[in-house]
Amino acid sequence: MTVLAVSNLAKRYRRGGKPFAAVDDVSFEIGRAETLALAGPSGSGKSTIARLVLRLIEPDAGRIDFEGADFLALSGAALRARRARLQMVFQDPLAAFNPRATVARVLDDPLRIHNIASRAERPRRIAALLERVGLDASLASRAIHEISGGQRQRVAIARAIATRPSLIVLDEAVSALDVSVRGQILELLLDLQRQERIAYLFISHDLGVIRAVAHRIIVLDSGRVAESGDARAVIANPQSAIGKALVAATPRLTRSRP
Amino acid sequence: MTALLSIRDLSVRYRRDGVGALKGVSLHVEAGERLAIIGESGSGKSTLALAVAGLLAKGAVIDGTIEWTIPKSQTSHSFAPLSVLPDISPTRGEIEPSSPLSPISNVVGEMPAAKPPISPLVGEMSGRTEGGAVERQPSHPRDTIPHLGRDIGFVFQDPSSSLDPVMPVGKQIAEVARAHLGLGWPQSMTLAKTLLDRVRLPSPDAVLYAYPHQLSGGQKQRVAIAAAIAAGPKLLIADEATSALDTIVQAEIVALIRRLVAEDGMTLLFISHDIALAATLADRIAVLRHGELIELGETDQILNAPRHAYTRSLLDAHLGLDARPLLDRQGASA
Repeated sequence: MTVLAVSNLAKRYRRGGKPFAAVDDVSFEIGRAETLALAGPSGSGKSTIARLVLRLIEPDAGRIDFEGADFLALSGAALRARRARLQMVFQDPLAAFNPRATVARVLDDPLRIHNIASRAERPRRIAALLERVGLDASLASRAIHEISGGQRQRVAIARAIATRPSLIVLDEAVSALDVSVRGQILELLLDLQRQERIAYLFISHDLGVIRAVAHRIIVLDSGRVAESGDARAVIANPQSAIGKALVAATPRLTRSRP
Repeated sequence: MTALLSIRDLSVRYRRDGVGALKGVSLHVEAGERLAIIGESGSGKSTLALAVAGLLAKGAVIDGTIEWTIPKSQTSHSFAPLSVLPDISPTRGEIEPSSPLSPISNVVGEMPAAKPPISPLVGEMSGRTEGGAVERQPSHPRDTIPHLGRDIGFVFQDPSSSLDPVMPVGKQIAEVARAHLGLGWPQSMTLAKTLLDRVRLPSPDAVLYAYPHQLSGGQKQRVAIAAAIAAGPKLLIADEATSALDTIVQAEIVALIRRLVAEDGMTLLFISHDIALAATLADRIAVLRHGELIELGETDQILNAPRHAYTRSLLDAHLGLDARPLLDRQGASA
């Protein structure tokens, strides 16, 4: 079942007075419980696609169907209701949240705004969400700036799953984390995907990370799809120039005794 | 091989939280080697880089010594007449308070062979001493100590914040040559153009007068590297110099650093959180964790026979293109 279908998406910006295509005729689909990775160098259009899908910006052309409805046609209350099903996690949760807010406050907002739980019920729901992402419920009273980067990203994931989404856009969500923490967060994401059947649009510049968690991959170059397919197959045998360059540039750990 | 610098029992504490950023780190950096310092956040790797460069914030409390051995024979810079080369005479001593480097640094000439006693100096970056138990060594003329910019080139993670946004990049590179090599502006600008060419920026003539915002992230980092090597430093420190760049640009910058270090016979301190990236460049790798030096060895030994469990865990956490995908591991356990 298709969760998200994007067709012929285009977004143009002006740079130095000249128009240039940030996203140019991009189409893809993501199925339930599927991870689609967007890879590509800086400026290839990865994050612009994420922002278009989230409707943080509007496209110049193209169509976005989310859960079978024309997502670009929605507005007002209908858009807000549908947005609960489409969540996001960014690279830096400290920038995404009010740093002085408590963890409880950050998790309370979506539950309140989307009428998911009554005021009396919310503390229990917050505790359950924290537990679901592997955090102690006592963390609820801590301020966002007091907890570690890994804990913050878990809180960001807890907030994203609070509204029971069918799709989460993960924009470089593990790029700033230490490698030991990164592995744990990726395992958490995979676990949630299995349990809740969530689809991920997984944006990363790191092919190693993509290969670890993604089912399919789209390699972007200058806003266009350079190639796409099974993530492991594409990374093992890239066909496009940019795909080959990305694979060649990925550092390899050559260990004779693994 | 001779040590370019010997770090002994180096501890650094930032006063605001009182937690040790570095705890008793001792290591030698051999002249001409490429040494990678790797670790996760809070490991102290950047503190170590800043301490070596004498760039620690004023409030930092420092223990231990950093001893320099600056080769007598200077590799003359192709553009610098001999008369303007820094005069580094074989002498040693603690650095005077006004010096740009940390008060814990000692400079040792290759000759005479006599090594200075290791004195447990306690100081802070302002040059004032703490505890009262410290004997000040006689100070030495400025030119006898390593200078940041002249003897040490430093490349930071974010080229946007290390470059002046309102000065043409050519001038920023020329400034380094002017300050440290004593060249005039015309000569410095000629040198800057040569350096832009050496860091492989397209059309150096145009880039010379470009402002940082007109360049891409990778191009800005090339400019920062050109400025760092402008005075012909013996030591190049790259502190997460490629972390803000995408994979392709990162590989290009690493290749550039490798080439420049080889061409100029520089010693390289490569600070990184990425053990795989460090391994592509380094002769030796030092692993830091929570401010302590966990392990130091040849790159091959670190990768294939790590002695410490933490090093092994870092290697295992690397998601390479040949690793078993987590998807499969999860599926197997489900």
